[in-house]
Amino acid sequence: MSEKNRKLLSGNEAVALGALHAGCALGVGYPGTPSTEILETFSFLGGNAEWAPNEKVAAEVALGVAFAESSSLVTMKHVGFNVAQDLFFTAAYSGIQGAMVAVVADDPGMASSQNEQDTRSLAFAGGLPVLEPSDSQEAYDFTRLAFELSRKWGIPFILRTTTRIAHSNTVVEFDESTASKPPRANFNRDIPARVMVPGHARPAHLRLRKKLADMLEWNENSNLNTEIDGVGNELGIIASGVAAHHARDAAPDAGIFRVGFSNPLPVRSIAAFAKKYKRCIVMEEGDPYMTTLLKAAGLNIEDRAEKWRFGEMNVDKARAQIAGNLEFQMPVLKARPPQLCKGCPHVFSFAPLVELGCIVAGDIGCYTLAAMKPISGMDTQICMGASIGMGLGMRHVLPDEQARKVVSVIGDSTFFHSGLTGIAEMVYNPPSTGHVVIVVDNSTTAMTGQQENPGTGRKLDHSPTNKIDILAVAKAMGIANVAEFNPVRDSAKFKEYLSEKLKTNELTLIALRQPCLLAAANLAKMKKA
Amino acid sequence: MDSDSKITNIRLAGLGGMGVLKASLILSELLFELGYDVKKAEVHGMSQRGGSISSDVRFGKKVESPMIPEGEVDFLLSMQPEWSDPHMVSMANGAVRISPEDFDSSKLPSQKSLNVAMLGVLSNYFDISEQKWLDTLKKFFPEKLHEANEIAFKLGRKGK
Repeated sequence: MSEKNRKLLSGNEAVALGALHAGCALGVGYPGTPSTEILETFSFLGGNAEWAPNEKVAAEVALGVAFAESSSLVTMKHVGFNVAQDLFFTAAYSGIQGAMVAVVADDPGMASSQNEQDTRSLAFAGGLPVLEPSDSQEAYDFTRLAFELSRKWGIPFILRTTTRIAHSNTVVEFDESTASKPPRANFNRDIPARVMVPGHARPAHLRLRKKLADMLEWNENSNLNTEIDGVGNELGIIASGVAAHHARDAAPDAGIFRVGFSNPLPVRSIAAFAKKYKRCIVMEEGDPYMTTLLKAAGLNIEDRAEKWRFGEMNVDKARAQIAGNLEFQMPVLKARPPQLCKGCPHVFSFAPLVELGCIVAGDIGCYTLAAMKPISGMDTQICMGASIGMGLGMRHVLPDEQARKVVSVIGDSTFFHSGLTGIAEMVYNPPSTGHVVIVVDNSTTAMTGQQENPGTGRKLDHSPTNKIDILAVAKAMGIANVAEFNPVRDSAKFKEYLSEKLKTNELTLIALRQPCLLAAANLAKMKKA
Repeated sequence: MDSDSKITNIRLAGLGGMGVLKASLILSELLFELGYDVKKAEVHGMSQRGGSISSDVRFGKKVESPMIPEGEVDFLLSMQPEWSDPHMVSMANGAVRISPEDFDSSKLPSQKSLNVAMLGVLSNYFDISEQKWLDTLKKFFPEKLHEANEIAFKLGRKGK
């Protein structure tokens, strides 16, 4: 029996519900704003979900599920897609036998990221099909469709969201009676299909390009793209994602072509739309992805000014783009920058580093906020895990006196994400002055809202599992000195130990352990349970 | 624009940790249950760490963008005036600013219930029964907080 439900859902919640109703057997990912809540919701709704140590491992697990003819969801933020890229570019060649949907959440404007790269440009380079929902309803519908299309074409599908899709709540209608159960998994041996040695990968690349050409034909007639007739024929706007809704508010009379399936881009359908209007512009968040492809195809559309590449779009910017107003500026409001929580124990982790004049190669997490005034306790931050490698690089070339001041600071979740290979480099190619790595361990993945990680001893749903001991790992990998301090209570001892080790040529790893202030109450509850 | 297509825009602003996002979730759910098209937009992540934070709630017959255009904020819930009053530049002519000075905040059952009291002040501007507000509030909090929230809501609704 068909029964329509209506709910007000965030884009992330809608994706989770869509995956559940599509019969997704396993959801896997690494936390990252604005994607984190997808797997938490999927698990809450009864789906099987897990946090992997990083996005590449998550994508590997998801690909294994799809090789076994079942259905997987993998979630990450845009920069996490870079970590997993090695898998995706070749999985596009091999193809899959089941279904695999990767949700990649972009952060235009960088509310909580280190860059504002556009997933569509990367997916285009890798030959991966991309769907772009414009609200929570499409997030739900497109997720379900992505599972179907991924299985139909035998290729991982990318669902690209942005902050205002992931974290906006809009109304979603759905019919639970149409939900599917996870498919039965099965392995059929087919070595040339899945072992991408050159002899297998060459024909696989040809297959990929053929698939993309077939998908393009299908997309030219698909209902994932929506055309709204304009009043009159003055202005046509080609838009994707939330920008399509900004465009509707900014120009209610304009014709709109909302692109939902953006790689391969349905150029022919867009050309037919563009012909109806005297003036055509493209409104998109991030790179001029559609603009470039449409202009290359010879469509008579306006260049998009470089100005609209930066930050999020909104109604005011949409109006300015239509008006060609390049002087437009959003009002800049006085705002308090984010800071370490009042009473955060890891403020104390940084004080001794500052006092000892350390050059701090930093990493990604709440503790990056220690770079801000008044602490100013971090000198570099680029990507997950880079603190260790960058610190080693500086140690290799800096004059002795400066080299001895270099320390790498990394959080517990980041350590498992991509710090382990940095430790291997440190042991394999030790600088002549040695090196010191400091793990600020708050027993959680705090910045994204307290997710579990391989060091907490609990899974995504907080149930108990194996726990990896950072100190034992460091020791086993060949770090000579391994120590642990409480950054608040043992501050003086920590400073003394660090100062002593900086003078030696030895390798040292120090864990500064004190749970996140916000997580402490939850941790206590879980211990009791 | 006819009244049928009128969109009402509410911005809630404050600092991370004050319950800005929770209040906007409650408000948008209430409006959704009353049959409006509702969209709510906000930013999570680093901004939660004590930094400035705001959330937009828009409702009407049909809402397009989830973000309120400049100069179209009809109600500003300024939860931490020092840091949230800057949003006043985005208010429409004749818009309403609501702040903790609109009620006796010394009588709040706890500082944590400030967000609910702010909704109490806002409730005076809508033709929605007090019971409906209280019923929706209950859905978002554990039972042990229901009484404190009812006190906070009524405190805000009563005003000064």
